[in-house]
This record gives sequence, C-alpha cells and structure tokens, in this order.
Amino acid sequence: MAAAPQATTSGADPTTARAAPPADLADLTRDESTLRRFLYGLPGVDAVGVEARAASLATRSIKKASKLWAIDTAIRMVDLTTLEGADTPGKVRTLAAKARRPDPERPGVPSVAAVCVYPDLVATAVAGLAGSEVGVASVATAFPSGRAALPVKLADVADAVAAGATEVDMVIDRGAFLSGRYGLVFDEITAVRAACGEAHLKVILETGELATYDNVRRASWLALLAGGDFIKTSTGKISPAATLPVTHVMLQAVRDFHARTGQRRGVKAAGGIRNTKEAIRYLVAVHEVAGEEWLTPSLFRFGASSLLNDLLMQRRAQHEGHYSGPDYVTVD
Amino acid sequence: MTSWEYAPAPESREIARLRPSYRMFVGGEFVEGTGEPLKTVNPATEEVLAEVSTASASDVDKAVATARKAQEKVWGRMPGAERAKYIFRIARMIAERGRELAVLESLDNGKPIRESRDVDIPTASAHFFYHAGWADKLDYAGYGPDPQPLGVAGQVIPWNFPLLMASWKIAPALACGNTVVLKPAETTPLTALVLAEIIQQADLPPGVVNILPGAGDVGSTLVNHPGVDKVAFTGSTEVGKSIQSSLAGTGKKLTLELGGKAANIVFDDAPLDQAVEGIVNGIFFNQGHVCCAGSRLLVSESIADELLATLHQRVSTLRVGDPLDKNTDVGAINSGMQLAKIRELVAAGDAEGAERWTSPCPLPERGFFFAPTVFANVSQSMRIAREEIFGPVLSVLTFRTPDEAVAKANNTPYGLSAGIWTEKGSRILWMADRMRAGVVWANTFNRFDPTAPFGGYQESGFGREGGRTGLEAYLNV
Repeated sequence: MAAAPQATTSGADPTTARAAPPADLADLTRDESTLRRFLYGLPGVDAVGVEARAASLATRSIKKASKLWAIDTAIRMVDLTTLEGADTPGKVRTLAAKARRPDPERPGVPSVAAVCVYPDLVATAVAGLAGSEVGVASVATAFPSGRAALPVKLADVADAVAAGATEVDMVIDRGAFLSGRYGLVFDEITAVRAACGEAHLKVILETGELATYDNVRRASWLALLAGGDFIKTSTGKISPAATLPVTHVMLQAVRDFHARTGQRRGVKAAGGIRNTKEAIRYLVAVHEVAGEEWLTPSLFRFGASSLLNDLLMQRRAQHEGHYSGPDYVTVD
Repeated sequence: MTSWEYAPAPESREIARLRPSYRMFVGGEFVEGTGEPLKTVNPATEEVLAEVSTASASDVDKAVATARKAQEKVWGRMPGAERAKYIFRIARMIAERGRELAVLESLDNGKPIRESRDVDIPTASAHFFYHAGWADKLDYAGYGPDPQPLGVAGQVIPWNFPLLMASWKIAPALACGNTVVLKPAETTPLTALVLAEIIQQADLPPGVVNILPGAGDVGSTLVNHPGVDKVAFTGSTEVGKSIQSSLAGTGKKLTLELGGKAANIVFDDAPLDQAVEGIVNGIFFNQGHVCCAGSRLLVSESIADELLATLHQRVSTLRVGDPLDKNTDVGAINSGMQLAKIRELVAAGDAEGAERWTSPCPLPERGFFFAPTVFANVSQSMRIAREEIFGPVLSVLTFRTPDEAVAKANNTPYGLSAGIWTEKGSRILWMADRMRAGVVWANTFNRFDPTAPFGGYQESGFGREGGRTGLEAYLNV
C-alpha cells in the first residue's frame, strides 16, 4: 500500500488545510489487514435508530430570520451542477453566469460555492467564472461508474486539474469496496489525491450502491484516512442519492474524525435535494450532528441544480412577503 | 460565520381553546362539583390556566351509582360490535382534534409540543383504535368462550401523560364492557375533560365514562368506594402500596403501574451513536417524567469515556424552554413540588460524591425548568442510583461483564423496564431472559404501542396494560 498522503497546503481554506494525519492514524493504513481491522472495529449503525433520529430532527421548524440565514447559507453551499451527455459550452456558460449572480435582480444574493461539470468542460467553466470567487469542480475517475483502469482515472483527474479545476469529485471503486479490497480503494484515493495537486478532493461514496449504513460509515473513514477533503454521498446517477440518514452517518464520521485528529473535513450531499425545505433539514442535521463549525461552504456543500431556483424563490418570498412564480427566476 | 439561532416557532395557544373554567363530567353531563375548585397552572409560566371544579365524596357516590346503572342496563349488555362503534368514533375524534389536544396538553403539563403532537395524542388515539378492534373479539382473546366484564372500574391516573394515561385506562375498560369513573391528576385535569367532551359528542351512553377531577382524597374515596369492582392506578409506589393495603380482602380486582429505576445497558459492541440517542430519549423524553425512564445508564467500562463524551455533546444540543415552541426538546417540570424533589435528589448526588455534569443550555427566567443533568461515577449505594428522581437526571454506572450488568440492573426494588444495546442478537436474548423488568427494549427505548403489554415487577406494580394480555385486567377470568 502507498504511504499516507503527505502534508500539502491548500490555499483555498485554512479550516480544511491538509495536515498529515496523526501518527496513530497513519499506522492504521500501514497494510490492508490493519486497515480492515480498523474499519470493522468502528461502532455499528442501527438502521432503525439513525432513521428515527433523522426523522425527528427533520421536524425542526425554521422560521423568519433563521430561515433567511439558512437560505443564504444554502445558496453559498451550492455546487451548481450539470452532468449530462448533452452538456455544451453554451450550457456551461449560462450556468457559470448563474453561479456568479444567481438572482440578477437582487444584488444581495451571494454567489454559489462552485460549478460542477465534466472534465472536458472545465476550461469553459473557468473562463466563465474568471475573476469570481466561485470554484470549478470537475467530476473525474471515470465518473459515474468508476469502472476504468487506474492510469485512465488519473489521466482524467490530471486533465481536469490542468484545465483549471479547483475541486475534483472522484468516485470510489464500489466493486472493490463491496468485495472487501479496502487497500485498493485506499490506494486509488491516495493516488488521485496526489494527482489533484492543489485542487480539493471530494470522494463520492455512492451510498446508494453501498446499501448499508455500516458500509457508509466504513467508506467514510476510508476516504477520510486516504486524505479526502470532503466525503460526498452520491453521483446523482443512482437512486437513492442523498438521504438524511446517510448524511447523518457521514456527518458523524467527520465529527468523530475531528475529535480524533483535530482536523475538520467536509460533507457534500448530492442528488435529490430539490427544495428549500429539504435543504434546511440538511442544514439542521449539519448544525446538530456535526456542529455549527460545519455550517460553512468550506465544510458542507449541496450538489444540486434545481435546488438553487427554489432557494431564490423562497428568498424572495421571505423578503417581499409573497411568493412569485417560477417565471421570475432564470432558467439556465 | 455567525451562529445559527433558530427563531422562536411557537404553536399558537389559541388552538387549545382554553376556557376560564372546566367542570366535571358525570352521567353524560358536565356538572359543577361540590368539592373545593382547583386552579391548574401552566408550569412554563406559573400562570393560572383555568379553574376546575372538583368532586366531593357525595359526587363520587353519584358517579359510581350512575356508572353502575349504565353498566348493568346498557353498556354491559351491548353487543361488542356495537361498543366498538363508539370506541372507534372516540379514536377518530381524538385524532381530528389532535392539534387542539396537543397544545392544551403542553400548556397544562409543560411537555414540549413536539412530544404531545407526535407521541401523546397519536398514541392515545391508537389505544382507542386498537381496543375498539377487540370489543367484538373477546371470545377469541384466550379467556374462555364468553368472558364477562367486571363492572365499574375506578381509575386514578398521573400527571406525566395525562391524555395518554386516560386512554390506556378507558379504552380497554370500555372494550371489555365495563364502565368507568376516572380521576385525572390534580395538576393536569384539562385534556381528560376535553376527552369527556369528545365522549359526549360521540354519543356514548350517559354514565359509561365519568371524569372527576380532584386531589388525592378524591382518588382515595374512589378506589375505596364499595361500588367499584376494579381499581386501576398509575402513579407513585407509595400511593400504590397504600391502595393495595386498603383494598386487601375487599375482593376488588387491582392493577398497579408504579415507579421505576430502569437500567439502560450499553455493551461495548453497541451502535454507539444510536445508543446515545436511546439514552437521551430514555431519560430526557418528557423531562424524565416517565415511570419507565432509563434513569440508570449501565455502560461497559471499556467504552465509558468515549460514550460519555458523545453523550455530553448530544445533550448540549437539547433545547430547553417554551413547551409550545416546535423546536423545544425539553419542556417544563410539571410542578414546583416536583422541581423541589429533583433539586433535593441532585443535591444528594453532589453530597454523596457523584460527578455532576449539567448541560450549558440557557433556561427561561420564569417557570419550572431544570437543565439536563448527567451524573458520572455513580455507585449503587447512592440515592441517585436507587431512588426514582422523575426528572431529567441520568446516573451513569459502569460494569465489566454481562453477569455484573445483570446483577446491577436487577439490583433495585423496582422492575418496570430495561434497555439493552448491543449488535449481538444472542446477547439480547440472554440478557432479556435475565432482566427482572416488565418491558425490555433492545436497541431502542421508550417505544410505546397499544399492542404491546406494559407493566412491572416488584415495586413497579402488577398487571399489564395493552395488548391481548392487558384485557385480562378488565375481564372476569
């Protein structure tokens, strides 16, 4: 197995600056059997319990000023995404414009966190976002299936980074994970991590294919140990994508990782979050499971496309006291 | 980054349709009681909510006589399928007026609206639905071909789940063909009197259900009344003991559901995050005013530090405050008297050398509130490990082996409930076999369902409520 990732400094955000994990964690990834023992030694997840907790937290009632704050925070956390075979430079350009100024008629609206595209469209996105704070995220490593040889995946990553991607969303090899080849998954993440250079790495677990919460917890720790800056629920191509209970388990993982190492890593919930109400439920989970330190775009993201317009409509309704129709926000 | 304060999201108290005065319910009518009226207080603000008329001894006489007549002339003779129609109707009407009942319950009791809305009221309705289904199937309940009702049931209920306890008592009694005289708790009479209104609107024959508010003396008169055939009491062990001794030799049937000091046992292979949820739900649900609360945490010594750290973090997120706020997790202590008792026991914990941790949450300036508290390094000999606190106070003890866990869990005069947290199924069964407790929860806690019998061992009482087993208490078997 490859050695644990070396310390590098990311300029983007000090809270997620990569430090080498403490020595005892580096020991955990020394060889495959040690890693396996560690992952199997993590406390189990009771499915009924985590689902009940997620449902109970979802009843929080967020009103008035706290709702406005949540809407603006959610907008700042959006990775505005287009991942279609039919994507074109024109589509990506309009998306970039939307990302900079989500609601052109309301100058107070913050810009989103990043635009997320396929590697071949990174250059277009970079051009469209030049001079703004908005990041460019690129999926890579044979997204969404991850079924390619490692050199192909690394070339995919290098391509995206060379074109200017500031964030890379990789997929793990679920086949390897489900067949217990944890060392292979770990080595792939560390290799991708090295290929990222300065770019932030988000590790997509594709929880819909991992199926059990125990697997989600193990995959989360595996990705964190291998140096992922973020752990991300889904590609959006598999159903179920992000769910509240799965996000709870991942938030517990970053919380526990912080307790053990002092480092804060992020979580990205992607796929299936379409409206403000759902987004606020995720923010409540971030707030009460991981802690309020995680309520920032450098530690929590939404991977979404249609969510943004609903946030904008709700924002207007909160400010103006009445709802306006979908024709009053831009369709991009 | 500023911190995210949730704006207040209070349920409107108008929904409760609070009236300045409430009267007792006898013979299908709301009548003025001849006892000294009582004032019921909102424990979150210490303001008087309403004046409630109470029963005197002669009112108890009248209520028992009208219940007797209704039982012999109407309800006891009515076919089960007909009784079921009434009970189904009550169940539906409780659900329909759920929001009103939930707000009223939170006002009168102090419990958070989240719990009265999501637990108390739906479960109360579910109890009527469940027992309505039994009314025409008693022949098949396993108590012989034609089981007969007992007659008039005198029932006394506590203040921790006012409407839910009324439902636990009334629904099975009615399903089995008995009539009822029920005394709600002195501090929480309001929802039982709205239930009386529902019963009236459901056209239940007059006298089948009678509700007499009042203090302990009314309860004592009721249970000792010669016209009562069956007594059901939920409340403190002390009162339960005195009822049992005064009823000895009278031939009345008795069920008691009393106090508890339940152990929540966490093994080292438990799903820790969910165990923490279960511990929180076990002791901070309903401010710990739960007879089956998991008030003793028994945790494997090898994971105690890790578990306590997570537990403290989780408990710190509990929001204590206005019971009507939809985001409140822990509401008000029901009365000043109860708050004084909690303080006294917590002081005893301090004095006996347990290590106290109190949630740093802000508390409202007015009203009866107590911050969630966790005592570590508790030993079996301390009062906080032996006496029922009935408040948001958890005592943490450790164990080394499963045998020690069993010994410590059972080392109490009570025996109402227990919780077992482990991923190992065989250990759950092994432990459940050895727990001297009426209810044993595995990887969950404080789950209530009308189909599951509930009741205790030893000083936690006897008899079961709920399920097929619970019917036995209201049938002549």
